[in-house]
Amino acid sequence: MNRYRALMLAAALVSAGTACERRPGAGATETTTGDILVGMYGSLTGDGASFGQSSVEGAQLAVEEINNAGGLLGGRKIRLLVEDDQSKPDEASNAVTKLITQDKVVAVLGEVASRRSLAAGPVCQKYQTPMISPASTNERVTQIGDYIFRVCFIDPFQGEVLAKFAYNDLKARKVAVLKDIQQDYSVGLTEAIQKHFTALGGQVLDPVSYSSGDADFKAILTQVRAEKPDAIFATGYYPEAAIIVRQARELGMKMPILGGDGWVGDALKNGREALANCFISNHYSGDNPDPVVQNFVKTYNAKFKREPDSIAALGYDSAKVLAAAITSAGSTEGPQIRDALSKADVPGVTGRLKMNAKRDVDKPAVIQELTFSNGDVKYNYKTTINPN
Amino acid sequence: MDTFLQQFINGLSLGAIYALIALGYTMVYGVLRLINFAHGDVYMLGAFAGYYIATALNMDANPSVLGAIVVTIGAMGVCAVIGILIERLAYRPVRHHSRLTSLITAIGVSLLLEYGGQVVFGATPRFFPQMIRSETYTLGPVQITNQNLLIIVVSLVVMFGLEYIVHQTKIGKAMRATSFNLSVARLMGINTDFIIAFTFALGSALAAAGGVMVALAIPRIDPLMGLMTGLKAFVAAVLGGIGNIPGAMLGGMLIGLMETWIAATSYSTYRDAVAFAVLILILLFRPAGILGTSVAEKV
Repeated sequence: MNRYRALMLAAALVSAGTACERRPGAGATETTTGDILVGMYGSLTGDGASFGQSSVEGAQLAVEEINNAGGLLGGRKIRLLVEDDQSKPDEASNAVTKLITQDKVVAVLGEVASRRSLAAGPVCQKYQTPMISPASTNERVTQIGDYIFRVCFIDPFQGEVLAKFAYNDLKARKVAVLKDIQQDYSVGLTEAIQKHFTALGGQVLDPVSYSSGDADFKAILTQVRAEKPDAIFATGYYPEAAIIVRQARELGMKMPILGGDGWVGDALKNGREALANCFISNHYSGDNPDPVVQNFVKTYNAKFKREPDSIAALGYDSAKVLAAAITSAGSTEGPQIRDALSKADVPGVTGRLKMNAKRDVDKPAVIQELTFSNGDVKYNYKTTINPN
Repeated sequence: MDTFLQQFINGLSLGAIYALIALGYTMVYGVLRLINFAHGDVYMLGAFAGYYIATALNMDANPSVLGAIVVTIGAMGVCAVIGILIERLAYRPVRHHSRLTSLITAIGVSLLLEYGGQVVFGATPRFFPQMIRSETYTLGPVQITNQNLLIIVVSLVVMFGLEYIVHQTKIGKAMRATSFNLSVARLMGINTDFIIAFTFALGSALAAAGGVMVALAIPRIDPLMGLMTGLKAFVAAVLGGIGNIPGAMLGGMLIGLMETWIAATSYSTYRDAVAFAVLILILLFRPAGILGTSVAEKV
């Protein structure tokens, strides 16, 4: 009953929004032996299920490798506690609150979608528990506070990469943009593409908006078709991208369609043959001959019986960066891990993971061309674009 | 002009979907004076039934028209049974209570199917197998796919079929009699329980056919797909005049066209609001709907 009351009190404190100087709970339970508890929240079900499953599998593989190699801090194993946020932002912040206040995790991994990272990040910041997002590319995610990190590039860079590729390689001069107004990721990426494509001398038509969950894009695509753009950007996530591509081709629109890393998801394959002449920017390419990458692809394939996508690779990297930080901090205390993370510089599957002053990493992006064969999407490496 | 014509075709394709569901709404209302809010969710169950049958038949790898017909009939059968069960278990026990009781029960059934569906099928959207290879026909300046054409044709066939059943057949006469006065119809020797169960079975089978057709054109299905589509189809039925079969068709087409034209402007994200604005206006100015006739209630 007493514990229950303490919990209620903690909940009351949270809901009152009191600024906590000290982490309630965590300080008292700090241990130096036993498993190290790491939390992970992700969209295991719902619209973004592919994101959650891939990132969690990647992290699980990394944790397994670390534990098999003898664990951390003198033989302590990592135990990964996974919470499903059902692809909903409010569930994301509930999941993180539970991980931190009830399970007393030392750090949190997640989320992939920027909107959900933005919802849960403030909870981690408040409890001074470090959070590493594997794949949230919206610029604002790490601006939440000094406990929030990521291991992927950010949208201002991704937008520049896509704009340059469309202008220089595809020779597009007039482009249309479709954005998902419910997703911070899509809105941020759209702004970056507009800025960079215009700076290159191209023309960007007024972005056309839709909402996550829409299934009929013919009306907006017909309007876009009338403007005769040379290329189209669809800056949302894979479930809608698959349908947009299909319906565009059904309307006889044959121009290239480009997207960001949000297109990486199992349901993209429903775009089928329409995916020809589509290009995306991505974090890594599975056909990269680098032995680090090939080794990851092989072990992932052995464990999960499928090819890892870039989200899985980032999930793997996020867990590796955290493990390295715990080792160099020599502690599982939030502030110490945070300090170690801010100085992190480790090799990852998706490139060198060196934290900059904004708690982001500067990494190159790859452009991939999509094809559809044997019932699945193939991501064919085109080119790598480095940050300036 | 090309764009206008294309948007007109887009609107009709979308409207035909609403029309197909609105027909079921309107038929049940016509007989029972009950707005069956679970109708949109039966449509969802139809899509899922079709999904499981098609997956079992491995339709994605071997698309065929015959297979598509088998899947559609299978889904219609499953939903007809579900429709009868819903009527027997949820609506019949409250039939003799006030109309509000039935309405609230209908909302309860709807929520049960939506959230029960999330438990059984999972909340993750599924992609419906492509049972018929998508083909695009170009007619002058406009493009239309074979799947959208199919939806328009099917909804027209269903509309005429229903008109025929309700107005030309014996069972249709019994349905109209039941609708007119339940207890008198029973006194005249009509098995009203059977007529009502038949109405539900027919309406649910139509919803299932709609679910499969729509899933062919827009392959993404999830347990909440019936919520918004069902509400818009309801508005379509009210717009056309609820209880009126050609009215449901007309209402569906109008909602589809309006939504498409709004989506084509810079207010594209307000498309979902259109149907409901229409509902408010129609209830304010012409509650009987476009084709409906207001009948004085007996007191």
